[in-house]
Amino acid sequence: MEVLSFGKTGWGDELFYATLMTIAVSITAMLIGFLFSLIFTPLKLSNNKFLNFIANSYTTVIRGVPELLVIYLFFFGGSGAIMYVASIFGYFEYIEINAFITGSFAIGIISGAYSTEVFRGAIQSIDKGQFEAAKVLGIKKHIEFFKIIMPQMLRLAIPNLSNVWQITLKDTSLISVTGLVEIMRQSYIAVGSTRDPLLFYSIAALIYLMLTFLSMKLINRLEIKYSRGF
Amino acid sequence: MDFSIMATSLPKLLGAAVVTLKLLSLSLFFGIFIGLLFAILRLNKNPFINRFAYGYSYVFRGTPLLVQIFIIYFGLGQIEYFRSTFLWVIFKEPYWCAIIAFALNTGAYTSEILRSAFETIKPGIIEAGKSLGIPNKIIFYKIQIPVAIRQSLPAYGNEIILMMKGTSLASTVTLMDLTGVAKYIISTTFKPIEVFIVAGSIYLFMTFIIHNLIKYLEKNFSY
Repeated sequence: MEVLSFGKTGWGDELFYATLMTIAVSITAMLIGFLFSLIFTPLKLSNNKFLNFIANSYTTVIRGVPELLVIYLFFFGGSGAIMYVASIFGYFEYIEINAFITGSFAIGIISGAYSTEVFRGAIQSIDKGQFEAAKVLGIKKHIEFFKIIMPQMLRLAIPNLSNVWQITLKDTSLISVTGLVEIMRQSYIAVGSTRDPLLFYSIAALIYLMLTFLSMKLINRLEIKYSRGF
Repeated sequence: MDFSIMATSLPKLLGAAVVTLKLLSLSLFFGIFIGLLFAILRLNKNPFINRFAYGYSYVFRGTPLLVQIFIIYFGLGQIEYFRSTFLWVIFKEPYWCAIIAFALNTGAYTSEILRSAFETIKPGIIEAGKSLGIPNKIIFYKIQIPVAIRQSLPAYGNEIILMMKGTSLASTVTLMDLTGVAKYIISTTFKPIEVFIVAGSIYLFMTFIIHNLIKYLEKNFSY
């Protein structure tokens, strides 16, 4: 058990910080995903064929291509793309992007595609009468969205969003290939120096299991909160 | 945009897509048996047995596929005793380790899909079978399983696509599947976008085919 102790001789504290890193990346990615779905859900629901096409290609491509391939695209192509943009503005130095940013962006785009589908489904299953009633009462567009549509939508969306959260959390294990020290990467490093893969990968699995278990408990509470009155 | 790189990488990537398809079909083949087995165990009245089946699917659905592959490929080889058994012939190959990890993973998801399909079968169908004097075993094999398979087709189609994306992780244990080859080409030519477009299109094409195949099956098996 000494290898797992906290302190200089054990890997306990390293694994603890790696767990925090995984949580941080997952939350950042989830938020970036919400941002993307905020842009693409209206496009999906709009009547314009062209906007529909853009949103549909985003969700189909991301959901049809492996996460690892998307991560490789960002890992290898990310700094190149930024440097290209910078060169237009006359900046020619080498720019290296932080692994945290690349990773959470890549996972965020993936999670965004799933959340877009969830929000689209939730909004579409709200009764049409609700929109019409809001219109008839002369309620302003943004108030209609925040006070009438959103509360009803969240009730329908939260169970599916919890699935998206689980997918996002598990996908963060893939950004270990970019060198960001999260749970998988830290276990990999620990295995390299202790030659004990079975122990460390099993611990990594246990940590992930604990994270999914705890987040399910939390989300269940949210679900109860948002389904009051139904 | 460098079209010559896209053209030269296409045949290599197509060759790698065959590896991906092989991995996918083998893991689905084994996964379906594992899934059916655990779905049946889940429906067992014995609390010990169905708890075990629930635990299995919980663990495999709650941890990333990458960890599962690493435990099977790197972890199991560490056990001295395990290396002396006949199983070592299979487990020393990354190819079979990947397939075993994929099969166990998809088996967990498949068992959930089948279980919910079994649970949504209308009791009337089973009662009708019983009142016709059909033995329980035949009710199970000839009535419950075919109906459950039809019920679970849409969800299983999603699972196939998820698994196809999951096979990309085989590249982390040295297998040269579509993602592995794509990564290799990217790191030698440093043209990520071009390679991504080609490899991504191949994946999308496969998704498209699977999607339509499932749609066709759904139509054929509808009642």
